[in-house]
Amino acid sequence: MSAGTSEREGSAAPATPASTYAPGAGRSGKRFRSTTTAYGFLTPNLVLLGLFLFLPLGWAFLISFQESSGFGASGWVGLDNYRRLITDPTFWQSTADTGVFTLITVPLSLALGLGLAVLMNSVLPGRRLFRTLIYLPMVISGVATALIGVLLFDEATGIINKLLGAGGADTVPGQSNGTAAFASIILVTLWIRVGFNMVIYLAGLQGISPELYEAARLEGANSWQQFRHITVPLVGPSTFFLLIMDVIYSFQVFDTIFVMTGGGPGRSTSVLVTYAYENGFVTRDQSYAAAIGIVIFLLTLIFTAVQWYGNRSRDTAG
Amino acid sequence: MAHSPGDRGTAGTHGTDHDDGTGSRGTPTRDTFRGTLRQPGADNDGGTRSRTRGTLRQPGADNDGGTRPFVQRVRHVSPAERAAHAARLGIAVVVGLVMMFPLYWMVTLAFSPNVDVFSRELNLWPSSWTLDNFRRVFSSFPTATWFGNSVVITSIVTFLTVTVNLLAGYAFAKLSFRGKGVIFLLVLSTMMIPVQVLMVAQFRLVTELGIYGTFWAVILPSAASAFGIFLARQFIIAIPDELMDAAKMDGAGNVRIFLQIILPLCKPLIAVLVLLTVMYQWNDFAWPLIALKDSELFTLPIGLIFLRGQYGADYGAIMALALISILPIVLMFLMFQKYFVQGLARSGIR
Repeated sequence: MSAGTSEREGSAAPATPASTYAPGAGRSGKRFRSTTTAYGFLTPNLVLLGLFLFLPLGWAFLISFQESSGFGASGWVGLDNYRRLITDPTFWQSTADTGVFTLITVPLSLALGLGLAVLMNSVLPGRRLFRTLIYLPMVISGVATALIGVLLFDEATGIINKLLGAGGADTVPGQSNGTAAFASIILVTLWIRVGFNMVIYLAGLQGISPELYEAARLEGANSWQQFRHITVPLVGPSTFFLLIMDVIYSFQVFDTIFVMTGGGPGRSTSVLVTYAYENGFVTRDQSYAAAIGIVIFLLTLIFTAVQWYGNRSRDTAG
Repeated sequence: MAHSPGDRGTAGTHGTDHDDGTGSRGTPTRDTFRGTLRQPGADNDGGTRSRTRGTLRQPGADNDGGTRPFVQRVRHVSPAERAAHAARLGIAVVVGLVMMFPLYWMVTLAFSPNVDVFSRELNLWPSSWTLDNFRRVFSSFPTATWFGNSVVITSIVTFLTVTVNLLAGYAFAKLSFRGKGVIFLLVLSTMMIPVQVLMVAQFRLVTELGIYGTFWAVILPSAASAFGIFLARQFIIAIPDELMDAAKMDGAGNVRIFLQIILPLCKPLIAVLVLLTVMYQWNDFAWPLIALKDSELFTLPIGLIFLRGQYGADYGAIMALALISILPIVLMFLMFQKYFVQGLARSGIR
């Protein structure tokens, strides 16, 4: 059993219908009726998804091969928008920022989530209260959490600089310095995100038999060795599941960056999703925005394929 | 008639949950629901036994009473252990304070006079509590309208999404039909697509449909969500076929079975889907930002950004509105934490 249950459920599903066709007289009529009924139940869902997801997805491809001319019909320009991407430094900057942001936030979310889960799984007075406090930020809107972040990190009046100043430390240029702005976004993201990681890890820890720790202790293993050689390997499935969810989350982070920095100062915190929005709805270069959207889509697709393949390898290996 | 091989095949071969394949057969025993709405990523079989049978199970909670044997409990408490215990509590307190501080700060600023907000002094407490920020927010902006808009949009989206996904979940769980696997995969794959991929085309679509700038421009694309189908399928698949077979013998069709047998058993599932959809839609930002143009029709998150655009650095007012905007979800979360946590863990959103 692995953390990728949801994905593997999906990938294993195609095998299901074949096994349901039982041979026998008089069953084909029933099956036909069953199929009709089933599509009756599915139709509302399929109509909504078809009209508002699959149609726009195809349309986005078409738009990315056209020129932006405000609204209405536009001429075909082939791959021009994509050629422009290759020579656009802001696009590469945004791609790099997306990657760096993901590479920093995902391991930190995992480590903090696991650490807190272990802590919250131990004997601790007021455990319920602590858990609630850690969960709370994840249910609050991205706009509100980002605005709180703005206030915390405001250069002139932000509480963090006031605290640093009171402690005699140097203040942080939260708005004017790219690195500081990037760091503030990462901190806010971790604040929002650590609760979800803890939820999954807590569930993973429930599955580890206490006898394993007992045995390890009899062998003379200390706490760190128990953590390193029992806890970490045995929550592996949770880690794998979280890795996927965290990468997708970080890759698609929009609200936090849009509200906190708008991609600035300069372009220092621009990521792919904010750059796509900026092109589509600020500078109104919608074809170019569609092309960036397609790049995001393809990157998501590649990541999904890699994790799916990795998941299959894990299955056969373990 | 009773229990056709087709049904058995469907239920028995879903996914890779071998234990469910056997566990969900036969009479509804204590194991019937075991593990089916299980936390993705948890392998609970070796450890504890489900105590909340038939509901979504709370991952990692409800053991405060020591129902699950904690390893160290059986041993004598040494000084070193007492020190470790104190250290754990110390870390937990620090973490709790760090997690809460931003929210504390939001509340403080919302009730502080603006002098405090712009003061260069370090004040962790308002010099005087005031409702001025809230008065300003309500008098200068259509805050009540925004709140109402959020309620209306969230309600309609939640009703549509939950209904549509329950129907689809039933079809995927209990009916056999051509193309089931492919469609299921296709439907689930839509959850990976971020709104920024589709936004330009969706914007043109709602413009073409003549609904741009209306509530429907927000509602319809938002309701086109596969979120919940996976959860619904997992839950419904664990409902024993015997219950349906009995109704079938009485001549009930699928619609009646769905309404009279499946739905009444799905209350925990519906609770989780409603809570998560409400949270997701109430907080949604990127698409409503694109789909709405008239400030009278804004939802709270868009209103919040609008207010910041108008008031710039009036942090007191911004935090007052932010507080108003998060209050319903925070209260819901505190009341129904168990369902929230289970649902978040199992659906993988957020």
